[in-house]
Amino acid sequence: MSGRVFLLGDGVSTDAIMPGRYNVTTDPDALRRSCLIEARPDFVETVQPGDVIVAGRNFGCGSSREHAPLSIKRNGVAAVIAASFARIFYRNAVNIGLPVIRCAGAHRVLRDGDQVSVDAMTGVITTATATLHGEPPSGVALRIIEAGSLVDLIRHGGWAALEEERRVS
Amino acid sequence: MGTITEELFSRRLGHAVHAGDTVIAEVDVAMAHDVTGPLAIEAFRSLDLPLWDASRIVFNFDHVMPANTVAAAELHRVIREFCVEHGITNLFAEGICHQVMVDRRLARPGGIVVGADSHSTTYGGLGCFATGLGSTDIGVVFATGRTWFRIPETVRVEVHGNLPRGVAAKDLALHVIAQMGADGADYCAVEWGGDAVAAMSVDERLTLCNLSTDFGAKTGIIEPDAVTIAHSGGEPVDLHPIHPHYVRTLVVDAERLRPQIAVHPSIDNVHDIDDVAGTSLDEVFIGSCTNGRLSDLAIAASILSGRTVHPRTRTIIVPASRSVYLDALGAGYIETFARAGALVLNPGCGPCLGRQHGVVGPGERVLSTSNRNYPGRMGSPDAQIFLASPAVAAASALTGAITDPAMLEEVV
Repeated sequence: MSGRVFLLGDGVSTDAIMPGRYNVTTDPDALRRSCLIEARPDFVETVQPGDVIVAGRNFGCGSSREHAPLSIKRNGVAAVIAASFARIFYRNAVNIGLPVIRCAGAHRVLRDGDQVSVDAMTGVITTATATLHGEPPSGVALRIIEAGSLVDLIRHGGWAALEEERRVS
Repeated sequence: MGTITEELFSRRLGHAVHAGDTVIAEVDVAMAHDVTGPLAIEAFRSLDLPLWDASRIVFNFDHVMPANTVAAAELHRVIREFCVEHGITNLFAEGICHQVMVDRRLARPGGIVVGADSHSTTYGGLGCFATGLGSTDIGVVFATGRTWFRIPETVRVEVHGNLPRGVAAKDLALHVIAQMGADGADYCAVEWGGDAVAAMSVDERLTLCNLSTDFGAKTGIIEPDAVTIAHSGGEPVDLHPIHPHYVRTLVVDAERLRPQIAVHPSIDNVHDIDDVAGTSLDEVFIGSCTNGRLSDLAIAASILSGRTVHPRTRTIIVPASRSVYLDALGAGYIETFARAGALVLNPGCGPCLGRQHGVVGPGERVLSTSNRNYPGRMGSPDAQIFLASPAVAAASALTGAITDPAMLEEVV
């Protein structure tokens, strides 16, 4: 899948992705419209399905609010690529099926507006001039991604399937 | 064998586990609040499974309580109806979720508690493994009682000596965050220990574990001891680390600490108070799951007693819970605050997250005893947020500018 890069910096908090004043709802479209509303006001107006967010360290730090990755996913973002992710954001993104890729140098190599193609399963990020090898989820997180979401994993086999697999492996 | 976290999980699972292992474990309690709860309920409903255990599911209304918009009222309605439908009686609207969990002894030493709020790490101050998860994870716990954990590596913070007068657990935590960086304990457990921590009250321990999430930790945890058991009741729980391996050990000499300020725009932008003293303030907020407990209000009252807050600085004080509020009333603190010209608001999250009363405007400066100073956290992204202890907050409210409480006698 290919799309345009929205480049963000280090320490993008969940307050920047989805300010607390905007997440008093579970309505998907309301959440979609509020994504990065103050940190990157052009985002919602210009994002296209397949675009990617590229950021530095500690992306999604702060709150556990799942509204943040949900709002990104609802905008059709193909993947979030960051040097590192805050723990709860990463887990939330995996749980709802928003692809996340750790890639130490991507935010220095890629520029805002670049066209890139991303393979969320292998972590390979390709531009016109460079190929970057990011780290896709592994372990239980990979199993959730393969199932589609945590809800899908639990609906189709549940924890027992994971435990059985671990005994076998 | 191992760290407090490894000891706790090994005991719970009945076999030895080590950092890096992935386990599926049953939790004691799962908590959600008025903002994360509705999404957790949606996740639970989509599973089409029966409820795990109504007695071990807890909801708190605190982030927007009482509701200030129709949308907030709607979130409350969704949760109320869910609780009625499933016979969940642990539905509280009496303060910040984390303090209510402590007040009502729902988080227990040696236990495993998960909450749909990042500051669920707070209960680690009682010697349990407590961590924040998102709504979908919590919704799955509502159905299965279980979740998966990667047993974390541990950072040990060893604190020796006595905190100087006017220096609080908050200052210690900010000092450690400055050393570690805002992602310095990513995915790790943070063990707080040493004689200075052993000498701390439960309130202070909760503050340390609360702030552990703000430098990336999966949990903050303190070995349960006589102080813990005196608070929580029940049998002693031995989680003493045995031949632990720590990925990092930070040794802090408490005697050398000064009041600390985390300066806009990140929590690891920490300065000694002298660097920013005199910065004028539009708002002071004393409260939050970090510093809204009785001992915090006691310090604030001792400083505000018989004085009046500066006219340019609206001062908002929010007891963490109804229990704290009642104790503060009994001790006369609430009257002290009212006489000093502070606004005392109902127990809850207050202005911390910019969603209800106390929202700050563009260009304003606020000093808060809470835990986050990201741009936009408390309102306008063009406001500046400074984080500090209740003593610094109270002293600053009097002068209308950032003030070291030790200097107060000279300036007021």
